[in-house]
Amino acid sequence: MSKPVLRVQDLAVTFTSYVGGLLQRQERQVQAVDGISFELFAGETLGIVGESGCGKSTLSRAILGLIPVNRGRVMWMGENLTELDEESMRQRRKELQIVFQDPVASLNPRMTAGDIVAEPLWTFYPNMDRVQVDERTRGMLKVVGLLPNQVNRYPHEFSSGQCQRIGIARSLVLNPRLLICDEPVSALDVSIQAQIINLLKDLQKKLGLALIFVAHDLSVVRHISDRVMVMYMGQAMEVAEKERLYRRPLHPYTNALMKSVPVPDPRLAATARHDNWLTGDMPSPFNRPKGCIFHDRCPHRVQRCEADVPALRRMENGDWVACHRAEDLDLSIIMS
Amino acid sequence: MALLEVTGLEVEFDTPEGVVKAVNGLDFKVDTGETLAIVGESGAGKSQLVMAIMGLLAENGSARGKAVFRGQDLMSMTPKELNAVRGRHIAMIFQDPMTSLNPYLSIEKQMTEVVMHHQGLKKDEAKAKAIAMLRAVRIPDAEERIKQYPHEYSGGMRQRVMIAMGLLCEPGLLIADEPSTALDVTVQAQITQLVGELSEKTNMSIILITHDLAVVAEIGDRIIVMYAGEVVESGTAEDIFYSPQHPYTQGLLASVPRLDQVMEDGLHAIPGNPPNLQELPDGCRFRDRCDKAMDQCLQPPPVWESGDGRTSRCFIPMEGGRLQAPVALPAEVTDGEGEAE
Repeated sequence: MSKPVLRVQDLAVTFTSYVGGLLQRQERQVQAVDGISFELFAGETLGIVGESGCGKSTLSRAILGLIPVNRGRVMWMGENLTELDEESMRQRRKELQIVFQDPVASLNPRMTAGDIVAEPLWTFYPNMDRVQVDERTRGMLKVVGLLPNQVNRYPHEFSSGQCQRIGIARSLVLNPRLLICDEPVSALDVSIQAQIINLLKDLQKKLGLALIFVAHDLSVVRHISDRVMVMYMGQAMEVAEKERLYRRPLHPYTNALMKSVPVPDPRLAATARHDNWLTGDMPSPFNRPKGCIFHDRCPHRVQRCEADVPALRRMENGDWVACHRAEDLDLSIIMS
Repeated sequence: MALLEVTGLEVEFDTPEGVVKAVNGLDFKVDTGETLAIVGESGAGKSQLVMAIMGLLAENGSARGKAVFRGQDLMSMTPKELNAVRGRHIAMIFQDPMTSLNPYLSIEKQMTEVVMHHQGLKKDEAKAKAIAMLRAVRIPDAEERIKQYPHEYSGGMRQRVMIAMGLLCEPGLLIADEPSTALDVTVQAQITQLVGELSEKTNMSIILITHDLAVVAEIGDRIIVMYAGEVVESGTAEDIFYSPQHPYTQGLLASVPRLDQVMEDGLHAIPGNPPNLQELPDGCRFRDRCDKAMDQCLQPPPVWESGDGRTSRCFIPMEGGRLQAPVALPAEVTDGEGEAE
């Protein structure tokens, strides 16, 4: 098998916050990303799923070097990105691009669609011929399903789905090899979500991109990922090949996430979802539970979970899970 | 008798680019204890229609029509009369719980204010009631947490507070505008279930507004599907989910990503963009995006009905339906009934 393009090893990001008044100021640490490791191959899509605050966006930004990391390595094509100086990192950014969640807010309202898409070209190739830039920009707009004659329009003249297409065009204009999509569809209407997911899937196939697709919803991820990583409070709970994960999740948290997805079918909704409810909120990041980090919300917890931290371990089928009871729980999803 | 009956509702906005019609002639009713779901994309007019009923339209908005609640027309009330109804008999919760709560006031202050104002309770009575209500929406340590401020609550907890606050005066109708959209899926499920349970317990009616049909499956009794300011289809939850008639409803249902089904050739998407109310096509407003569009769709489509609020606005005949108003259909439509189905 070919070598992975991206190898993240034991990555950790810590944020510091201050509490108390001027005199009793105390420092508190939040482990936003706590020892994440994974590999990604060219042409492969990894879905990263978890609730808000689980560290999925922080992880994406750390991979791209947009925030400093405290520990671990981000190996991109054999080179550790966390050790690069600013200029070399800037050059790498041509290969590493990101699409953000809020399509309208991430576009400059005073720039035309054409300028927005062309800006990365001007930044990285300042001597590029204007005609060439124009051609490439129009071509890119066409690739994402917009009309080349829309180059002179401003973001407010587009719907949010179209704005997300512009965002995708901008991120692809430099021919990146890795694209990170941070909740690219969660701000869009349901009917438009499907358009954008299908577009990303198409583009990935065409361009052979390595794709990281971040979402809070397992149902969206299912339609685009090859493998899925489920995160909870900065840690990986399960990393598994898609088909297996959706047939039989190994971690109770994965199972709980699945059961929370609304089913557009009243009869199924009445019966399928109500057992095994995920109760409560995520614990405060300042006050992390001892033992398994998920134990206080877990319906399957046993005494051991309150004391021992389960390691992320490899199962026979090659998937990874961090649960003491992975072998003896049967969490198969029974659906019509 | 219906708790709320809306007839001929129209909402318009005066903008620099001209008059924009957000809601174009809407009729519906909500019975006591019933949950009515109003579903549609951005620009469907679903939020503006409740804003109009509640007298909360923006400055440049104007509304016509009737909204009779317990025998009184809300649309012809003075602001003072409306104030006696809003919060007391009709409660409303919005999409973003953080912006709906006052960040400077404790939860206690915000909650007790409501009952002290509407029901004339004393401070300690009001507090006891507020705590009981926080317990009802399953906020742990309600006695302690009531002293806290909104920023000390998580998103899901804030939305629970909003629901508790809405229910304090035991309203007959709760209007929930995308109550779970800004929340995590796990919390979304909890909130949806909570709203459903509370309505069953108190026999309260609910209008649930959402863009996501999947959310509605669990608690909707009847469903109205809106597109570009018009109702395109309405019926019971069973009707809409198991025999959707309008191509738009069918498209919406098919575009929900499901855990229990994988589409090998990609997700079903409705092509095009949500309607731009300033550039609506003639005839059927969904025509441009419809995979079943025909020549006659250039004309305004007829409405089919089959009793008890089951309707479909389309040239394709509805199963077992008859035309609402005698409309002269182009010959090919009436002749081609069998084909169209």
